[in-house]
Amino acid sequence: MSLLRNLAGGLRGLFRKQQVEREMDEELRGYLDAAVNEKMRRGINREQAVRAARIEMGGTESVKQRVRAASWESLVETLWQDLRFGLRLLRFSPAFAAAAILSLALGIGANTAIFQLLDAIRLRALPVKNAQELTEVRIAERNGATGSFVSRYPNLTNPMWSQIRTQQQALSGVFAWGPTSFNISPGGPVHPVQGLWVSGEFFGVLGIVPERGRLLSPEDDRAECASPGVVVSHAFWQREYGGDEFIVGRKITIEKHPFEVTGVAPASFYGVEVGRNFDVAVPLCAEPTIRSEFSVLNRRDGWWLTVMGRLKPGWTMEKASAHLRAISPAIFEATLPTEFDPGDAKHFLGYKLGAFPAGTGISGLRETYEDPLWLLLGLGALVLLIASANLANLMLARASAREREMGMRMAVGATRGRLIRQLLAESLLLGLAGALLGAQLAHGLTRLLVASISTDSAPLFVDLAMDWRMLGFTSGITVLTCVLFGLAPALRATRVSPGAVLKSSGRSATSGRARFGLRRVLVVSQIAMSLMLVVGAILFARSLQKLATLDAGFTQNGVLELDLDLTALHLPVDRRAEFKGLVLRRVRAIPGVESAAEAGIVPLSGNGMNRQVLLDRAGQVIEGKSELNEISPKYFATWHTPILAGRDFDDRDTLTSPKVTIVNESFARKYLAGANPVGATLRVKSESKQTGPFQIVGLAKDAKLYDLREEYLPTMFMPVTQKEHPEQDETILIRSQASLFGLISVLKSTVQQINRGIDMDFTPFDRMVEVSLQRDRLMARLSGFFGLLAVLLATVGLYGVITYMVERRTSEIGIRMALGADRASIVHLVLREASVLLGLGLLIGMALSLAGSRVAAAMLFGLKPTDFATYVLAVASLSAFAALASFLPARRASRLDPVVALRNE
Amino acid sequence: MADKPSGLVQGTLDMLILKTLELEPMHGYGIAMRIEQISKGVFQVNPGSLFPAFRRLERAGWLNSEWRDTANNRRAKYYVLQALGRKQLKGETREWARQAAAIARILEAES
Repeated sequence: MSLLRNLAGGLRGLFRKQQVEREMDEELRGYLDAAVNEKMRRGINREQAVRAARIEMGGTESVKQRVRAASWESLVETLWQDLRFGLRLLRFSPAFAAAAILSLALGIGANTAIFQLLDAIRLRALPVKNAQELTEVRIAERNGATGSFVSRYPNLTNPMWSQIRTQQQALSGVFAWGPTSFNISPGGPVHPVQGLWVSGEFFGVLGIVPERGRLLSPEDDRAECASPGVVVSHAFWQREYGGDEFIVGRKITIEKHPFEVTGVAPASFYGVEVGRNFDVAVPLCAEPTIRSEFSVLNRRDGWWLTVMGRLKPGWTMEKASAHLRAISPAIFEATLPTEFDPGDAKHFLGYKLGAFPAGTGISGLRETYEDPLWLLLGLGALVLLIASANLANLMLARASAREREMGMRMAVGATRGRLIRQLLAESLLLGLAGALLGAQLAHGLTRLLVASISTDSAPLFVDLAMDWRMLGFTSGITVLTCVLFGLAPALRATRVSPGAVLKSSGRSATSGRARFGLRRVLVVSQIAMSLMLVVGAILFARSLQKLATLDAGFTQNGVLELDLDLTALHLPVDRRAEFKGLVLRRVRAIPGVESAAEAGIVPLSGNGMNRQVLLDRAGQVIEGKSELNEISPKYFATWHTPILAGRDFDDRDTLTSPKVTIVNESFARKYLAGANPVGATLRVKSESKQTGPFQIVGLAKDAKLYDLREEYLPTMFMPVTQKEHPEQDETILIRSQASLFGLISVLKSTVQQINRGIDMDFTPFDRMVEVSLQRDRLMARLSGFFGLLAVLLATVGLYGVITYMVERRTSEIGIRMALGADRASIVHLVLREASVLLGLGLLIGMALSLAGSRVAAAMLFGLKPTDFATYVLAVASLSAFAALASFLPARRASRLDPVVALRNE
Repeated sequence: MADKPSGLVQGTLDMLILKTLELEPMHGYGIAMRIEQISKGVFQVNPGSLFPAFRRLERAGWLNSEWRDTANNRRAKYYVLQALGRKQLKGETREWARQAAAIARILEAES
């Protein structure tokens, strides 16, 4: 009751301040009048009575102040005053405020953004019930496998999944799934969406509740279901159907086959792959319908599934693994591909299943981005440290300047508590402004990060709720820095007697050796940390540059990839080659097309195939692996890859002519001891059969195949014109100097003239190169940004300390000059001080960099983390900035007028 | 504090105000006068401590205030003792008596 009353009274005091003040005035006036009346009644004349009453009462204002101080709302008021005063002070030094707030915001923002992404792809549990129970079943230490791999996660085959489902005892529910891409366009341009193959148990085991209709159940996933129901994601439903009320029961076209939508998954469910969202989930049993002749459902060598489940209560991962290991021999016995040769079979039968925790989901991004992100988080933390050091330095500099002010305020009666409160308010303002701006920055930076690791074909999908923990943590650290160093003047002013502070000339009072020492330590550590960041930035920049300019064996620019799907034409096998040849001729005839060729495998696309080859050399049979690409004539011309010996494929090479092949330099080096391979023959082992002989007719220059980072791989090329079973799709590489936009539209009309049923898709090759360098570019950009930021901060820090040093020694410099020291020697004096700090910082930084850069070794291409040139460059650039930062105050010192400098004292 | 009324033990001002208001509601000057009169001039209460004390007691819920006309037809803020204040006064009086007796005993024993 009394608390409530207190609160109400206080609020009234705050919000109806004028009325409360008026009442207080009236009451005090009444008191005074009464006192005067009383005195006059006793016979004192009015004038004297008023005077006496006033003296008795003391100052009206001071009484009022004491009444105000008796209530809690005055605390709020003084806090408000402090904040306003702090704001005004910061407005008076906008450069200081801007530098402090911006450096804090950048540090806080970058750290929060990186941590958010890391959390999203690495740390957070899947948004399903009891995610910690989720367990993945896969082959432990597979060490290579043979067969077709048709998924991002080709962990198991469908026959294995059937065996695991019926035999395992460790999991209370199991399901299989695999990511894929579906074309949902009924015809014309391809419309790719993110697809999911799921077994019937998928949604049930995960415990997903449908938003509309029903989700898939084992009923939907029966053997030889021709056209089962499918489930769409919430996002897809909104995007493609505008959230259609009557979505359930509608038909959706997947790879030209109609499927009925049975339900919509809830918005929170994106699948079990972190970083990706699915659009359409289709039961496994529909795979033959959709993939038709490429179906792997019943193939024992078709790897495309991932199996997961929930651990039974009371089971541990170890116990589950032991159980799975025990049932492995039977499972692999039953699923052994019949066509395997004894070697492959032995390897296959040696596989052992294991259980692995999967509560945080499955993610291919993790492998690629986890280490880089941790590293970036480390770099970001360094930047934050440097920013904090800078802030501490700035705060200390201000502290010295304000010591007199503090002494003055103490002298006129400010209490210690009040001064500390005042400075706290100021630091809080800085810290809060930095944190607020940092939160804004974090938001934008995370999006930028996500965009820079997303690709067109696999857009990155992450739930990016603002991470308040991280924001709070980083903000807390910086606010603490502000507060600690901001309080210095108050603590010092209140420790020293105000008289001493005021009496001293100001300059000598602030040159306390201990605190100037602290500032030096701060600057040295700033330089050391900056050097680490600069070294990192240069390492990643050089690595990216090496990747971007390396000789890939082909000219990257000006090549467009055209993918055609001929399925709708229902061409018989024997007419396919002829039809594809016709399309290629038409494309070549387009004006502006320099060269065009068919390619089975496009370099850097991540696709590839290899074969076991047999060669006769000096009477001995040599066996080994070689990459294989099936190409048309002019393939090498299109890439600008020279043929070093022999010839390209041409019209002579037909189905009926002798089989020919072209090999690359690495192939010749590995299998023919570097001799000219033209004229030699090879055979190819495929499954259990041998084909060939193929006569080598040409030697091509080496080129990268999967990845720019790889060593060149032995590769053989076969002409598509000699292929027995041409597929129903065709990839044409087109080199042209014409504008991409114009070229694409001409290509579209050309292909449509041939047949309207052909599906098309275009990819500029440079875009593919860009995607393959995404991670390197991200690292180079971010570390470069951090490095630049660090150098700027360290420069500002050094500049501040040297300027301060010059000010402190103004009179000394004046005396020196008066005694005949010339300008050069003054500059020398100042620079010597700076170079000691710089040298010390660089030395420490070098040691730290050498120790720390090892972390980056795996992410670098073409240079070691201890790369000498990098260190030289880093030291040189940091020194240049430092020289600039110290030369300016040095020059100012050298231009001092000795008379002015001495009078200053 | 330097401007504390002479001889007034710290914390007793509140008790004296409450006691004064036990009889009837009064305004600030009246309370000051009454304390001075009854103590025969031993305690002089100045406004610098009196008004903050009013604010404090009001917030604690021991006093209420209202504007009334005075005997000579002016408006003044009258303070009215509340039930809570009455209880507080009773408690403080008892405690005071206990302490005063104890102090007196100690002083007698010393002499």
